[in-house]
Amino acid sequence: MEAIPLLLLISIILYWILSNAPGGPLAPYLQNPHITAADIARLKHNFGLDQPLPIRYLRWLGMVVQGHLGYSTSNSEDVVTAIVERMPATLLLMGCSFVLSLIIGVAFGIFAAVRPYSTGDYLVTTFAFFGQSMPVFWFALMLQLAFAVSGVTAFGYHFALPSAGISSSDTFDLGDRAQHLVLPVIVLSLLYIATWSRFTRSSMLEVVRTDYMRTAAAKGLDRMQIIFRHGLKNALIPVVTIIALSLPGLVAGAVVTETIFAWPGMGRLFFNALGQQDFSLLMGYLMMVSVLVVFFNILADVAYAWLDPRVKYN
Amino acid sequence: MATTLVPGALTAPVPDDEFRLERHGVWKRFRKHRLALVGAVVIILIALVAIFAKFLAPADPNYIDQVNWQGTPLAPGVAHHVLGTDENGRDLLSRLMFGAQISLTVAFSAVLMELTIGTIVGAIAGYYGGWTDYALMRLTDVFLSIPLLPLLLVLTAIVAASSNKAALGFGVIVVIIGGTSWPAVARLVRASFLSLREKEFCEAARALGNRDGRIIFRHLLPNAVAPLIVQGTLEIANVIILESTLSFLGFGIQPPTASWGNMLANAESNMAIAPWVAIFPGLCILVTVLAINYLGDGLRDALDPNMK
Repeated sequence: MEAIPLLLLISIILYWILSNAPGGPLAPYLQNPHITAADIARLKHNFGLDQPLPIRYLRWLGMVVQGHLGYSTSNSEDVVTAIVERMPATLLLMGCSFVLSLIIGVAFGIFAAVRPYSTGDYLVTTFAFFGQSMPVFWFALMLQLAFAVSGVTAFGYHFALPSAGISSSDTFDLGDRAQHLVLPVIVLSLLYIATWSRFTRSSMLEVVRTDYMRTAAAKGLDRMQIIFRHGLKNALIPVVTIIALSLPGLVAGAVVTETIFAWPGMGRLFFNALGQQDFSLLMGYLMMVSVLVVFFNILADVAYAWLDPRVKYN
Repeated sequence: MATTLVPGALTAPVPDDEFRLERHGVWKRFRKHRLALVGAVVIILIALVAIFAKFLAPADPNYIDQVNWQGTPLAPGVAHHVLGTDENGRDLLSRLMFGAQISLTVAFSAVLMELTIGTIVGAIAGYYGGWTDYALMRLTDVFLSIPLLPLLLVLTAIVAASSNKAALGFGVIVVIIGGTSWPAVARLVRASFLSLREKEFCEAARALGNRDGRIIFRHLLPNAVAPLIVQGTLEIANVIILESTLSFLGFGIQPPTASWGNMLANAESNMAIAPWVAIFPGLCILVTVLAINYLGDGLRDALDPNMK
């Protein structure tokens, strides 16, 4: 099990990077004229900030092991509470994007691979190249321009979508929530639809060339039957891996999307903490996402070994 | 059978015609990829515009057209502003041209740094193996496990806070991006080196008493360069997106210096009255990145047909 030492190493490096922030966790007090240098020194002592870096790190580690991530200076609340509070919004956004990307991405990939080098394949590949080359924030701006700023008139019906926030009023309304979700979900999904469809396509094409597919064809089975019954199952094994590996990226990618669409999730919490040198919150967020990356790496390995009997996991 | 080993004989270049044939194959395969060719042409054109921005741009990128500008962006075509002006009355086309200069220079420099660090780390890990390899690869794992964009944001935010925001110049951005995104390159080089060091020509080079450094750089590295070229090309596209994202969020290139990313930072508030301010810089990013991605795809097909 290499995950624990890896995470320790990550936390040491992150702690060291963040300890270089000027003022440290006391930065918000430094600008306050009512707080004297003596106060700062006292606060430093009370918080243990006058201790050497390794001691501070070990104290932080001891705290984390007990399930605490410290106290956020920009939100005046516990970091764990702050993150957990924003988690549902991010999970909603991520979950919708994940399902959408999975369905469309895999469908596009299969569609392209069934008839390689046809017009359909060409269209999917071109779309994938555009999706991978698109700057996410600009795509968001363009969607806002098209659907939120002016709105779209189609079939004699004018409609516009909200470009910010998660709801229009405090009371929950499913239709309203869905409307707020449309644009951010599309923005967050684009890259994954593009990547996963390209990956599914090439994985499919690889499987089509194998001997067992030729055997199935020689038995006189229908082409579609061969592809869906024999090919798809094997082609999707590497796709599952790539999906597991890119899930943490969905969390990180949400930083940009949430910031642009004022989505009250973890990504925006992190972004707002940036300008205020909120040490505990930044550290907590980065650590959390790193844990996700390491966890999903292991998950990808296990899933691969479980799905593909040719691979042994030890 | 007595054969004398002449130093240098083993490193003698491949016969000329064979070499040319090989190169011919690469060009032939590359030429077949039409979109890669188009991509290459587009990149060259954009690079030329960036290099000669000073002579091509209709105006100074920071010059405010106080004669015609009334506080709102001027529309394309108004008062000789081909693409209009931004919210501060500065010529958009000129800013795009100088923005190209910044975006491309940042991307090329950062990727150069990334390739250098990645190659050195990967080569040492792959060549020496053992404990060195283990230590370097764990370091690589660390950087691969921290999501890049949040890490870059934190690093730039710290630099911005420790001096002032204006300190986020071009060099700082290059060092931050180049210094954090090398692990993929390191893994690539390491993988090549692990197999190359077992090859007979490496054995021979060692038997001839070459120093390690010479074996690594003169004998092994040239054989590992094809995937590096492909990776480097695709990384330029990635870095252009990263830099523009950072600049858009206010943690990259700082105004008034124009970069495609920071030109979009204030575009949102004026989008209803001046959509062109939001449209053109993003279009530049999209076209450039798309061209580079197609170019990289073509290079991959041409240089290494087995790689996918």
